[in-house]
Amino acid sequence: MDFLQPATWTEALAMKAAHPDALPIAGGTDVMVEINFDRQRPPAFLDLTRIAELSGWGLDDGMLRVGAGVTYARLIGELGDRLPGLAMASRTVGSPQIRNRGTVGGNLGSASPAGDAHPPLLASRAIVELASTAGTRRLPAHEFFLGPKRNAMRKDELIRAFLVEPAQGPQQFSKVGTRNAMVIAVCSFALALEPERRRVGTGIGSAAPTPVTAPEAERFIEGVLGEHDMWQKPAPVAESALVRFGELVAAAARPIDDVRGTAAYRRHALAVMARRSFVWAWNEYRGAV
Amino acid sequence: MSARIGDSPRRADGPPKVRGDFAYSSDLKAGGMLWGATVRSPHPYARILAIDTTEARALPGVLAVLTHLDVPGRKLYGLEIQDQPVLAMDVVRCWGEAVALVAADHPEHARRAAQLVRVTYEVLEPLTDPERALTDDAPRLHPGGNITRYVKIRHGDQKARADVVVNGEYEIGMQDQAPLGPESGLAIPDSAGGVDLHVATQWLHVDRDQLAGILSLPPDKVRLRLAGVGGAFGAREDLSMQAHACLLALRTGRPVKMSYSRPESFVGHVHRHPGKLIYEHGATREGKLVYVKARVLLDGGAYASSSTAVIANACCFAVGPYECPNATVDGWVVYTNNPPCGAMRGFGSVQNCYAHEAQMDKLAAALGMDPVELRKRNAMKTGSRLITGQVVEGSAPVAELLDRIKKMPLPSPLPPQGAGLGRGARKVDLTQLPGGVSNTTHGEGVVRGVGYAVGFKNVGYSEGFDDYSTARVRLSVVNGRPRAEVHTAAAEVGQGLVTVQAQIAATELGVSDVVVLDADTQVGSAGSSSASRQTYVTGGAVKAACEAVRERVLALAQSEIGGSTGARLESDAVVSSRGEVMVTLGTLLGDAVIEETREFRPRRTHRLDSETGQADAHLQYAFAAHRAVVDVDIELGLVRVVELATAQDVGKAINPQAVEGQLEGGAAQGLGLAVMEEIQVKDGVIRNASFTDYLLPTILDMPPVRMDILELGDPHSPYGLKGVGEPPTISSGPAIVAAIRAATGRPITRVPVRPHDIVDT
Repeated sequence: MDFLQPATWTEALAMKAAHPDALPIAGGTDVMVEINFDRQRPPAFLDLTRIAELSGWGLDDGMLRVGAGVTYARLIGELGDRLPGLAMASRTVGSPQIRNRGTVGGNLGSASPAGDAHPPLLASRAIVELASTAGTRRLPAHEFFLGPKRNAMRKDELIRAFLVEPAQGPQQFSKVGTRNAMVIAVCSFALALEPERRRVGTGIGSAAPTPVTAPEAERFIEGVLGEHDMWQKPAPVAESALVRFGELVAAAARPIDDVRGTAAYRRHALAVMARRSFVWAWNEYRGAV
Repeated sequence: MSARIGDSPRRADGPPKVRGDFAYSSDLKAGGMLWGATVRSPHPYARILAIDTTEARALPGVLAVLTHLDVPGRKLYGLEIQDQPVLAMDVVRCWGEAVALVAADHPEHARRAAQLVRVTYEVLEPLTDPERALTDDAPRLHPGGNITRYVKIRHGDQKARADVVVNGEYEIGMQDQAPLGPESGLAIPDSAGGVDLHVATQWLHVDRDQLAGILSLPPDKVRLRLAGVGGAFGAREDLSMQAHACLLALRTGRPVKMSYSRPESFVGHVHRHPGKLIYEHGATREGKLVYVKARVLLDGGAYASSSTAVIANACCFAVGPYECPNATVDGWVVYTNNPPCGAMRGFGSVQNCYAHEAQMDKLAAALGMDPVELRKRNAMKTGSRLITGQVVEGSAPVAELLDRIKKMPLPSPLPPQGAGLGRGARKVDLTQLPGGVSNTTHGEGVVRGVGYAVGFKNVGYSEGFDDYSTARVRLSVVNGRPRAEVHTAAAEVGQGLVTVQAQIAATELGVSDVVVLDADTQVGSAGSSSASRQTYVTGGAVKAACEAVRERVLALAQSEIGGSTGARLESDAVVSSRGEVMVTLGTLLGDAVIEETREFRPRRTHRLDSETGQADAHLQYAFAAHRAVVDVDIELGLVRVVELATAQDVGKAINPQAVEGQLEGGAAQGLGLAVMEEIQVKDGVIRNASFTDYLLPTILDMPPVRMDILELGDPHSPYGLKGVGEPPTISSGPAIVAAIRAATGRPITRVPVRPHDIVDT
């Protein structure tokens, strides 16, 4: 097995072009598990940890552009105020040791339906930046996930960064696991309020072949809020509307029975989490206006 | 170390373990070492038609590929029934069964070669339902049929009738011991056809005896030494890689190391028996038990391991620590094509405790009585008769344990729901809520429940199994100071036995320098580190050997310096009854070495009568009670155990801190089975053989344990001690489930309790 260690991004792209089967590795918190469990035997690794620019972040035309190598621990520490939903999700990833190593770029690369970072990226309509020697392209997160552990990357591409707007309003993330820490999601839900645009974003994890959004639920609750001009004059949302919102989120999922939980429970839990996290976010908005 | 019994000295292996310096069995190395790998069956039940090792042998770096044809001696092994192939022959009976072995110069080469061993199987339909295993139309998995053991207990009036009757069916999932250290060891061949095996095990001598048979070697050519053990809990009672590594080492003439990966470890050892228990309790209106009828069915999986002893415990203690004049118990453990099950902390008493304690709560509800009061009215005490007819000697403070946990203060109530507006209003401490940091509730749906449970089990072996341990103690003078060396074969598996042995020697010989030698087979058997027995039995052997040494020292003192009745050993000297130093041990002994070896045998036990299940089958009984306080998110079905409180009679705490460690760790393992730990098996295949999906409690799941440790003594045991390791694992889980029932109002008849059992989706 070859171990490729590019020192620069240009070199990394060239190596990936020359070795399209090389498996990129950053924190190694997913990849090494695959290797140790003998689920993958890639002909080569492409070690991305030496490329300084991947671990940086900055502003890019009003968006935050976050390098693929930024760890969960740094996201929480450095960007928690601007990306609260993603930070809350990051807080639920593994143990402190895993959060010190694991990266959102790696989460995207693995494209597990249970990846904790995915629902908040979907809820806030993040963009994934992919690059190859042929050039750079930007793909909306919802177009990035194609199936279980399958994404839209070409074999010669690497994930360079993701772009996301700093939070425009309250955000929430909620995840069911059968342990109170260090647990893979049975299912998860992310919510982002964008008061200026009168928009509500959602993301669902671990309850469909890919992470998905719940567009009908979004339109429904936007309608409820719009109808009563609640963005301007925020008031408690009727219980019946909250229940409906939850039902629509649950309906957007396509869960299965597996070793972590049943499909029926996942739907049920999504409805509860959607209702609760909307109330938390809405109460925060009401208190801020 | 001069700490005596009753002290809590710092254990010698503590700092290196915390620093990461401690050498576990998986850290072993030797010059020229090869790596072994195991070819395992992908099918739970199949006939082996052919094994082709050609490709594997051709891989560079491969030095040996072995099949059952290469086993020189006994082809079958097993703790009680020799039914498990060292390497599969004509048939595989469980998923992951060992079929062939590879030794190579690199672990990766060994793994790749293992994948190149071509085994042709004729796949058979696995027998996975233990109920079906009892029927005649099921395939016979072993020559003697599928019933590994049937236990029948008939106690008192079999036609007794009661005012109030409650029924229940309970199901227990398959728990894993999940020791953090995988099965691993290093076999080193000698030049005379023998082998030295360094291995993490619970019983060196039973491994040695089985290996001698398999390898066709005299026992003195198979020498075992205990390597660093990363947890055991019953998982290391059976052979795993021991025979395989020795076979490869003897074949290649080179040291061979084997160390299982985490997924392999899940098939490398037996598990706790899953079970189905059907109960009927009858009681008077005043709440006195009239009878208990129980049907216990345990799934033993493909091989017997210690199943026959586990089912005996599950039946003998089926009623719990209560006086019950009439009992009818029928228990079966059966063969299936599921993963083999055997010993795990609690050994049959964990399964039945869930059932009898749920029944006691049900009975209390039917009687309109407080559940603790009902338990106290029926509590076993000294002189009570078990349903096996055995009279309980020694302390049996069941009512007192219940009183004590009931009186302990309760944790502060649930904080008010995190309502309010704005970001600042959301001041919730997620770590204190069900779901933890996953942010599933800020107080919504959270209901508190409190539950009680009490349990018991025997300490030591039972039913006539020869229970003994051997200790060699040697007293000599080193650099002018007396030193006591203690040598036993008892396995330190993390419980602190090395420290306890040193404390006993320091106490008995009054010397400050005590060295506990590494455990190996150069001294007689110590029996296993299981059944909560080592402090009792090996502790007893060390005490006896020390007493014999002391007798000789005092006799020597008598002859050298003249008599003083009541002389004793203290502070490295012979001291008169008035406390004056008569002679230091350094002076008295000079170059002399005093060495004594003693076997310690507790009282004999007797086999259960096959028709009535009556016998004095057990040595000693240990009791513990638990109170659990839980918060349940009743909308999401998530649980947080807020607090566990326990009272346990330990007879005498030889090392109080180690006792506390057992009470906490045991309760954590009980919590695991109650709310998360389960090996999920479908069609004979384990679906979650990893720590990603086999969940163990973390520090955010395991609450503080409020402890009340009683030292009520025992007339027969050394120092009056009782075994402590298992009782914490027995009643902790049932108390948690009782608390979940109290919070949710749901019957909850299966463990581990899953979210969808609580929210009913």
